[in-house]
Amino acid sequence: MGIFSKEEARKIMEKAMSFSTSDACVINLSGSESGNIRYARNSVSTAGHQSNQSMAVTANFGKKSGTATIDEFDDASLAKVIKRAEELAKLAPENPEFMDPLGPQTYDESKTYVEATANMTPEYRAQVAEASIQPAKLKDVTAAGFLDGGEGFSAMMNSNGLFAYNKSTNMEFTVTMRTNDGTGSGWVTRDFNDVTKFDAAEASKVAIDKAVMSREAKAIEPGKYTVILEPSAGLGLLQGLGRSINARSADEGRSFMSKKGGGTKLGEKIVDERVTLWSDPLNDEVPAPTWNGAGQPLKKTTWIENGVVKNLAYGRYWAKKQGVDPVPFPSNFIMAGGDASLDDLIKSTKKGILVTRLWYIRSVDPQTLLYTGLTRDGTFYIENGKIKYPVKNFRFNESPIIMLNNLETLGKQVRVDGSLIPYMKVRDFTFTSLSDAV
Amino acid sequence: MKRRNFVQLAGMGVGAAMMPSLLMGNNISTEALLEPGMDVIIKKQLADVALNTAKGLGASYADARIGRYLNQFVRTREDKVQGVVNTESFGIGIRVIANGTWGFASTNDVTQDGIKKATEQAVAIAKANAKFQTNPVELAPVKSYGEVSWKTPITKDFKEVPVSEKVDLLLSANAAAQQNGANFVNSALFMVNEQKYFASTEGSYIDQDVHRIWPTFGVTAVGDGKFKTRQAMSAPMGMGYEYMDGLASEKLEGPDGLKLYRKSYDIIEDATMAAKQAKQMLTAKSVDAGKYDLVLEPNHLGLTIHESVGHPTELDRVLGYEANYAGTSFATIDKFKSGNFKYGSDIVNIVADKTQEGSLGYVGWDDEGVKTKQWDIIRNGVLVNYQAIRDQVKMIGQNESHGCCYAQSWNDVQFQRMPNISLEAGKEPYSINDMIKDVEKGIYIAGRGSYSIDQQRYNFQFGGTMFYEIKDGKIVGMLNDVAYQSNTQEFWNSCAKICDQSDYRLFGSFFDGKGQPSQVSAVSHGSSTSRFNDINVINTGRNV
Repeated sequence: MGIFSKEEARKIMEKAMSFSTSDACVINLSGSESGNIRYARNSVSTAGHQSNQSMAVTANFGKKSGTATIDEFDDASLAKVIKRAEELAKLAPENPEFMDPLGPQTYDESKTYVEATANMTPEYRAQVAEASIQPAKLKDVTAAGFLDGGEGFSAMMNSNGLFAYNKSTNMEFTVTMRTNDGTGSGWVTRDFNDVTKFDAAEASKVAIDKAVMSREAKAIEPGKYTVILEPSAGLGLLQGLGRSINARSADEGRSFMSKKGGGTKLGEKIVDERVTLWSDPLNDEVPAPTWNGAGQPLKKTTWIENGVVKNLAYGRYWAKKQGVDPVPFPSNFIMAGGDASLDDLIKSTKKGILVTRLWYIRSVDPQTLLYTGLTRDGTFYIENGKIKYPVKNFRFNESPIIMLNNLETLGKQVRVDGSLIPYMKVRDFTFTSLSDAV
Repeated sequence: MKRRNFVQLAGMGVGAAMMPSLLMGNNISTEALLEPGMDVIIKKQLADVALNTAKGLGASYADARIGRYLNQFVRTREDKVQGVVNTESFGIGIRVIANGTWGFASTNDVTQDGIKKATEQAVAIAKANAKFQTNPVELAPVKSYGEVSWKTPITKDFKEVPVSEKVDLLLSANAAAQQNGANFVNSALFMVNEQKYFASTEGSYIDQDVHRIWPTFGVTAVGDGKFKTRQAMSAPMGMGYEYMDGLASEKLEGPDGLKLYRKSYDIIEDATMAAKQAKQMLTAKSVDAGKYDLVLEPNHLGLTIHESVGHPTELDRVLGYEANYAGTSFATIDKFKSGNFKYGSDIVNIVADKTQEGSLGYVGWDDEGVKTKQWDIIRNGVLVNYQAIRDQVKMIGQNESHGCCYAQSWNDVQFQRMPNISLEAGKEPYSINDMIKDVEKGIYIAGRGSYSIDQQRYNFQFGGTMFYEIKDGKIVGMLNDVAYQSNTQEFWNSCAKICDQSDYRLFGSFFDGKGQPSQVSAVSHGSSTSRFNDINVINTGRNV
């Protein structure tokens, strides 16, 4: 079994710590049990089970550090991994940015573990594949999907008395449905800590309906359009903004968050006042661990409030250097939404494009957070409050900053990829060319 | 992108974000890298345990891969060493066909008992999945090679070079960049040694020792509220540490004083140039959008080849096996079968290859025991073949595997992976200077940049590291904010001229991803500087 209980983990780590002779020692212990099933061409292609356990030991002598890992936990192995880390530390060059390990911390109890998810079986995974493949066949559609999930734990102990433990479960499902004439494609994603919230038939139907609806798409001119971004599509661009919250890069002048003439955009209004973005490990919909790999407690943190940058993330070293409190990087993202359903958003749109997802998103200019990518698996033209017809996919070149300044309406939030993101209606979204891809 | 990647990327700098899953394994000391692996006689005995167990359980085919994967990763920024990591991963992966269906299991317990158990698991999985199988697996025939071995031809094993020498080299490159005006430098050296033993019920026992290296950096200049990063002009190579020698004989002179590298890299010289060019980029002119003739340097063109020819001609993508992840392909079977699908202009010849010295794909046999070779993908502009392995070639009416099967470790099942996919050099003498002289209105693009392509590989957009404006046959200055958009077939049909063999170089990707769960693979793409006429260039500058 890859999962140790809190007490089992503590016992093993205490034993390892008893062999330590270095100035400071940090031990991380983690493990997981997960299973997956993959299908394509309406048939299961691969299925597997993965079990992992690993202990990483970082030993420090002064400002010198060495790390060693091991996957066996008998006394001799524990002594060996400590010795190996200490040998590496003695040979390592000094790290001027070394920080002493934290002392004991207090953490909130996380909500990341759900027994039912840990108990997923190969038979359950096969049923999920069947629940996708059978309805696809009935609609002359071909399914290709992947389900992966299971449980994991992580624990941390250091020579300054810190101990942390967390157990979590997760499942992630995606399926692409393609019509057999090759002209339509739909897609859906679902991810939960609690597998009982997952309905494979419901999710598969969404993708099948999109595939059928998107057949024989029309080409319309690229340009600036009002778009309704489904949460998956919105997340693709918001991730770009999420990656720019590093205070150090901002202070160094090499980030979107750097201010011309020096300093950062902290306290500046950068997007529409309705945009509020925070992280919260205790959120019921997107629970996340309540501590990070450095042993810092994770609490609710607001990054953007009413369009204004409220916080940038400071690692421990950079915080000390700048004379501020550390602000740990987030373990999830939550963006404030509104009451509008997708139907409401469509009904209130005179002329626009509904986007299911954005794909192959790559940074074009880190200075302006300009990204490029393409729409995929369900792109539809809206006129006078109704979906009129499917349209060919577009390439976009857009910055999340421009997108969030052009916000028209915020809709309901949906969990996607561990974050909580609303439907968004945005004007003047820039599509730069057409793609023939289905 | 997975949530964990999102969170990791948000929390780490450029260098850490590059930390690949490939480096998973147990951390070991530098000296331990030099310890010999398991003796080949023992490996044969253990592999036979797997093969015999599988046959005893009714498998019609089995292969065993005993792998020891050694990695070293050195990371620095400015005058600081951020990390020296050595990892080792050792285990066995067993793949079987039972009841016409694949099964796979792996274990790090490389003992007779451990191997028996894993083999039983692989057969059980095959039999369980056989219930869902509609078409039984059919393998193309392969020769029995007996006991053979192969080694990447290296002259300097990275494992024998002291870490201090590598650290000193990176810190010297960083210092050179800073002395020439760089504000920040991140540099890194990745080194890989795959010691892999393959055995199959076809009667082959193949011992291979594969080496790869990738030195890289990002040099950043900050000024006037702007920042620009110039990436290294190195390429990851299937070579030993000798790639770092910086031999003058392997250097080429590019336009505007650019230094370009073939099979030997001078990191200090490149970092020095990078700092000057990053500063130049801060004040370069913003491009006027419109149509240009593009002159694409091999370290740039390689990525375009990778995305627009490499991926669309993977047979599993074409058939729909990758539909839910990377996508499918516009290069469909009917186009291939027509025998006249014009992928590119007449001068476009693209070969797949696993035998080119110095390339990342170079091995003696692939990961299912097929002797490697070279074959045509595009000949005189026409699509003539795909990339396919033993259980696929029958689907395109062929009976010989192309030998491009690969797994990233003993722990993962092998499947079809991209071989080197390269553009043949022009046949007549024609230099980069000749090419620039012939262009009236164009842009010379060097190095890799932003890249994005749709899920069937029609529409793409590429940036680059450096852009130079060409006017009336001369380079007139540097440009900013350049990206080109095109359609794969239109783009390759606009290929008007290709420089000769003297300009030929390899581009490489160390971490090409494919499959669910995803696996990485390393692949090279060779080409000479090539000209593409009348390509749409957009201006990517924005005010925010």
